[in-house]
Amino acid sequence: MATSSPAQNGKAYPITDHSFDVVVVGAGGAGLRAAVGCAQAGLRTACISKVFPTRSHTVAAQGGISAALGNMGRDDWRWHMYDTVKGSDWLGDQDAIEYLCRNAPEAVYELEHWGVPFSRTEEGKIYQRPFGGMTTEFGKGTAQRTCAAADRTGHAILHTLYGQALRSKTEFFIEYFALDLIMSEEGRCVGLMALKMDDGTIHRFRAAEVILATGGYGRAYFSATSAHTCTGDGNAMVLRAGLPLQDMEFVQFHPTGIYGAGCLITEGSRGEGGYLTNSEGERFMERYAPSAKDLASRDVVSRAMTMEIREGRGVGKQKDHIYLHLDHLDPKILAERLPGISESAKIFAGVDVTKEPIPVLPTVHYNMGGIPTNYHGEVLTKKNGNADTIVPGLMAIGEAACVSVHGANRLGSNSLIDLVVFGRAAGQRAAELVSPGEKQAELAANAGEAALARLDRFRHASGGTKTAELRLQMQKTMQNNCAVYRTGEVLHEGQTLIHNVWSGSSDIQVTDRSLVWNTDLLETLEFDNLIAQAVVTMDSAANRQESRGAHAREDFPNRDDKEWMKHSLAFIDPAKQETLIDYRPVHTYTMSNDIEYIAPKARVY
Amino acid sequence: MVELTLPKNSRVIDGKVWPKPQGAKRLTEFRIYRYDPDGESNPRMDTYYVDRDDCGPMVLDGIIWIKSKIDPTLTFRRSCREGICGSCAMNIDGLNTLACTKGMDEVAHPIRIYPLPHMPVIKDLVPDLTHFYSQHASIEPWLHTSTPAPEKEWKQSHEDREKLDGLYECILCACCSTSCPSYWWNGDRYLGPAVLLQAYRWLIDSRDEATGERLDNLEDPFRLYRCHTIMNCANTCPKGLNPARAIAEIKKMMVERRV
Repeated sequence: MATSSPAQNGKAYPITDHSFDVVVVGAGGAGLRAAVGCAQAGLRTACISKVFPTRSHTVAAQGGISAALGNMGRDDWRWHMYDTVKGSDWLGDQDAIEYLCRNAPEAVYELEHWGVPFSRTEEGKIYQRPFGGMTTEFGKGTAQRTCAAADRTGHAILHTLYGQALRSKTEFFIEYFALDLIMSEEGRCVGLMALKMDDGTIHRFRAAEVILATGGYGRAYFSATSAHTCTGDGNAMVLRAGLPLQDMEFVQFHPTGIYGAGCLITEGSRGEGGYLTNSEGERFMERYAPSAKDLASRDVVSRAMTMEIREGRGVGKQKDHIYLHLDHLDPKILAERLPGISESAKIFAGVDVTKEPIPVLPTVHYNMGGIPTNYHGEVLTKKNGNADTIVPGLMAIGEAACVSVHGANRLGSNSLIDLVVFGRAAGQRAAELVSPGEKQAELAANAGEAALARLDRFRHASGGTKTAELRLQMQKTMQNNCAVYRTGEVLHEGQTLIHNVWSGSSDIQVTDRSLVWNTDLLETLEFDNLIAQAVVTMDSAANRQESRGAHAREDFPNRDDKEWMKHSLAFIDPAKQETLIDYRPVHTYTMSNDIEYIAPKARVY
Repeated sequence: MVELTLPKNSRVIDGKVWPKPQGAKRLTEFRIYRYDPDGESNPRMDTYYVDRDDCGPMVLDGIIWIKSKIDPTLTFRRSCREGICGSCAMNIDGLNTLACTKGMDEVAHPIRIYPLPHMPVIKDLVPDLTHFYSQHASIEPWLHTSTPAPEKEWKQSHEDREKLDGLYECILCACCSTSCPSYWWNGDRYLGPAVLLQAYRWLIDSRDEATGERLDNLEDPFRLYRCHTIMNCANTCPKGLNPARAIAEIKKMMVERRV
């Protein structure tokens, strides 16, 4: 069925219509896990992705996936929950964190049953390694909770999930770029518009449930471990639909990105015994986190490294980075458990890890913020004072979502488990909400028109500033003005600068006029998505006057639970290019009576 | 002697020489294959100059620099930029590899870049991999079991898990398959090294219970037996894997089940 949209710039775009029970946007770990669940429940499921599924950024996850299996010693999901709450600096919703931790073991066994090639213990069980912030007995001992397939865990999981999605007969739409959601007048999500990249045709998907699994937006920054494709397209679609993003000021810097290249070196390298040193050869983490040392939470380690460099104890010619030592470890262990990063260090830093330290620097890695949801994956907004109002027809999972289980700081290996636990939850919820083949209302005749107008505007953009120039300005601004440490002054300057980039995008220039594989146009659409998220990140950061997790304000060095134990909600007014900030209470209750609410206390590692 | 003439539109012609960046001290010359699907013209080789003092060390850094600074229409796939997603596979200096892990100084200058050989080209360096992906799906790349799953994990010994090393790391970049002359000739029916490596990854997994069916599915003069141990696959693999060995192992399994 092909219809035409009203004339755009004098020329109509032919539209191909599709109708599914569920459309999943994104084919990373969360998207594929949700698609498998929906398809297994008999729902006609489409999965659309701008890259072939195994190229999604889940593939780059290294160290592992957390779950209290207890394969390496006694463990309990309650300990995992305590660590996650503490890691979140008490900004996580404890009902959601309970859901995550108690469902984690089952989700990992399921992955194993589907074929993930986990590393093994002597008894043939799944191998688990220590990771930052993961403890036993509520902070007393060191837990070995992170299930690993060498240091290629994300790759192993993503390829396995892709196989399962093929098996479950998910219908893939590969190299389709999602443009915008289609919302009904009553505020229900009824589908979305997408551009087929290889021929430039427009596709309109109608669905009873749309699940956004579009990942984070690391590329708003200049130096990120994130892939070039991590542009948070779903987050931006949500903003343009008039819905909020939550806790966007919380951006995680991974302590060990390779200096210069920014490529990730897993925290598992410290889990296996690696440690950081400054220019004096000192293992400085002992001063900052006497108990957890190099395995403190990521925000803590990144701040310590930044402080060492600031105080003149950085290494290298410019004294602007830190060393990560693995050279004391048994080469056999390195070859078995850390082969991937040994290769990366060789390629991107010219370092033989068995002999020399790796030059590293805190590098943007993960967005705790995203689309607010409950623990079933249903998207929430604030309406008439109710901040838990469900947006019908719309779900979000994975890094795109803010459930919020990571709060102000995510623990390493808690993202992969987030993907599969909430991917699974979303599939189950969709199966409850939608019956296979159920009748859906016809779309309005002009459904998707706004998305096409936006596409058309960029396609013919003939301003004076290349997309790449604007993107670089945005990335430099975020890197300079919204980094590990923040002050009001620097953030306010950042607000002016980033809003200037946003308004400067009216002068954007697209050179390629083709509709076939037009990456100039796609990068422009991605930039437009990124800049909105960069703006709300900067504005939310300037607004939050306390330090919590990854948001470290030098002018407000303490956590302020009385005033600020609440989620930020950021809406945008695209016409005025303004951010509107509101709040949502943190869920200070658990899901069941199996564990009590974990009350806030000082966060010491 | 048969005379073969290439179809008119497959002849690659000289393209545009783009201006050198002003004030640059260290330049590296790139010659890049361009194909514009909208026009009627033949593919061409464009020449670009990259300012090495304003650019990272990898070939991918170079072509991203060209796209950002010189010519935004240059088209290629890329994502992770660290050799794990497999997007930026292309033919660089005569070898199929990943642009993100190949240093500009590791290859001959000018740096010549073509799309992966012998695949339909959509635009510039973007080949159509649809058939490659459907061949991968045809080997049913998931664990087949009939025994009811245990409550916890399937047990697997160290030795059995080690058998997956050198196999599970494949990133489906298609460098090997598109370097294989046998795949060039019979790619419609021969599964090619990447897909057969994947097939062996599931055959050799101690947890899998469909060895017989999997071998039946490969027992075919074309799907498996077009491998003539040319070994281009092993030479070109950017992850250092050896698909030819995996294919030889499958052939051995075929023989073993007959005796």
